[in-house]
Amino acid sequence: MASPALLLLLLFVAVPFLAAIGFSLYNVRLGDPRAPTFMGFTQYARILTDPDISRQFLQALLHNLIFAAVVVPVQTALALSLALLVKKTIPGVGIFRSLFFLPVVFPIALVAIIWRLILARGDDGLLNSALGFFSGGAFGSQDWLGSGLTALASVIVLSIWQGCGFQMVILLAALQQVPAELYEAAELDRASAWQRFIHVTVPGIKTTLVFVALYTMILSLRVFDQIYVLAKSGGGLNEGATRTVMYEAVTAAFDENNIGRASAISVVFFVIVVILSVIQRRATREKEG
Amino acid sequence: MAQTSAPSQRISRREMASRVPHYATLLITGLLFLAPVAYMVAASLAPASDTLAGFAVFDVTQWGLHNYSGVAASLSSDSTGHLWRFFAVSFTVTIAVVGLGLVVNSMAAYALSRLAWRGRGLALFAILLLLIVPFEAVAVPMFYLYNDARNTLWIQIVPFIGNALSIFLFYSFFSGIPHSIDEAARMDGAGPWRIFWRIIAPMSKPAYASVAILTFLTQWGSFLWPVLMISDPNLRPLPLQISVFAGQLPPAWGQVMAFGVLLVLPVIIVFLIFQRWFIEGVASSAVKG
Repeated sequence: MASPALLLLLLFVAVPFLAAIGFSLYNVRLGDPRAPTFMGFTQYARILTDPDISRQFLQALLHNLIFAAVVVPVQTALALSLALLVKKTIPGVGIFRSLFFLPVVFPIALVAIIWRLILARGDDGLLNSALGFFSGGAFGSQDWLGSGLTALASVIVLSIWQGCGFQMVILLAALQQVPAELYEAAELDRASAWQRFIHVTVPGIKTTLVFVALYTMILSLRVFDQIYVLAKSGGGLNEGATRTVMYEAVTAAFDENNIGRASAISVVFFVIVVILSVIQRRATREKEG
Repeated sequence: MAQTSAPSQRISRREMASRVPHYATLLITGLLFLAPVAYMVAASLAPASDTLAGFAVFDVTQWGLHNYSGVAASLSSDSTGHLWRFFAVSFTVTIAVVGLGLVVNSMAAYALSRLAWRGRGLALFAILLLLIVPFEAVAVPMFYLYNDARNTLWIQIVPFIGNALSIFLFYSFFSGIPHSIDEAARMDGAGPWRIFWRIIAPMSKPAYASVAILTFLTQWGSFLWPVLMISDPNLRPLPLQISVFAGQLPPAWGQVMAFGVLLVLPVIIVFLIFQRWFIEGVASSAVKG
């Protein structure tokens, strides 16, 4: 009864994964009549240390890390604030719960295109018009996606907009599990709202908070769709300031037909994900136990 | 009646006053969240020349449906692909992956949680391992291994049917169902298939709903795999097509936004109908930790 699923997982996850390790040791190219030659760990050495190639890869890795370093705390904090905002069952709150969750159902490729128009350079972009209008023209128009300074920040903003409803829902479920008696007891002790938050809410949802933060971190490493759409579909995205590890893997495989190097990138990517997953498991288990 | 309602009304009025800042915060955050969606809808209805002209898209007097007829006309030949076909591809792929995935993965989870067979422990361990492997890590080797299947419908479906996370979510749910229920059925002479289809599966509707929604969301927005595998306009799913359409020169932004509305509308309708399940589905994915 388990065989269909196990067979599919074998063919489409386990075998490709082992193949990635294999490919990364050879100079595999698509449609190459010559047999691939064994290169050992050369691909890894290249992406990690060869000055010509490693620069791009390490840059991509750095972008993922910056992305994670900003998105994890900001999105978790925002999701928690939203969850607290919609926790209380007051009339109309359901509409807001749906509203904050709405972007989650938007495919990220579409989100990238909508934001590409909002962030369009010149005075025509919605954001530039709004900033110009509210600052009385004092705030000059920016090339949000094209400038090296704001490109990654722009991608971060649109990613948080799309993703934070998901985390909100998970945190909301956790908030609703915190026993009401704890809040009542804290109120009897004349604890302020802030004290209640720090001493009742946060400990009550600690496990979920850690889960959400680490889960967001793994998602941050997987970022690809929005970068690819904005860079390749006339979005004018500053590629050099936003390329990510997955973007590197896809362009190496697809544009340069270098399956070997792309596989090595995939393996390095996977190792980082595993390290984070292990930390995630540890952190959530310990809190439970 | 009057006696009992008077005090409660006074309390509610005082509480109403304390709720003003709460509602104000909700409203402002809500508007900020809604702004990109509102912009997409407005830009889809506004004249093409207004799309990148600041607030002009919100001029209701200029609104019309010309972008919708425009996108249908722009995408109506074999070289561009037909608008209806992109929907047909996305619907076919999503429905097939969700439907077949529910059957195959729940069967596997049942076998893992209830039946005694050789290799069960190993299979369970393997699935916990595969849970960590993100699709991104195997996309490149799969692109190479299954290259002969480029531009087919099945390669968009079959790799995503078996899903370790789905199996895990079903497994957790089934493990919570008391074994006494199966044993009673076995006493009555029911075999494992019958017990599964007639008793366990009907009892597990919440698990099926959660898995269906999580799979649906990922699959409807799927982008990376189609980018690698699909170049035939007649087999492109919606997210890939909108990125191709947005990259055309000169871009018809009004039509792109109309396409965006059409693309996201089915998901929003499904979301509004099954809202409760969406929220529970997402919240249950957190059990993974």
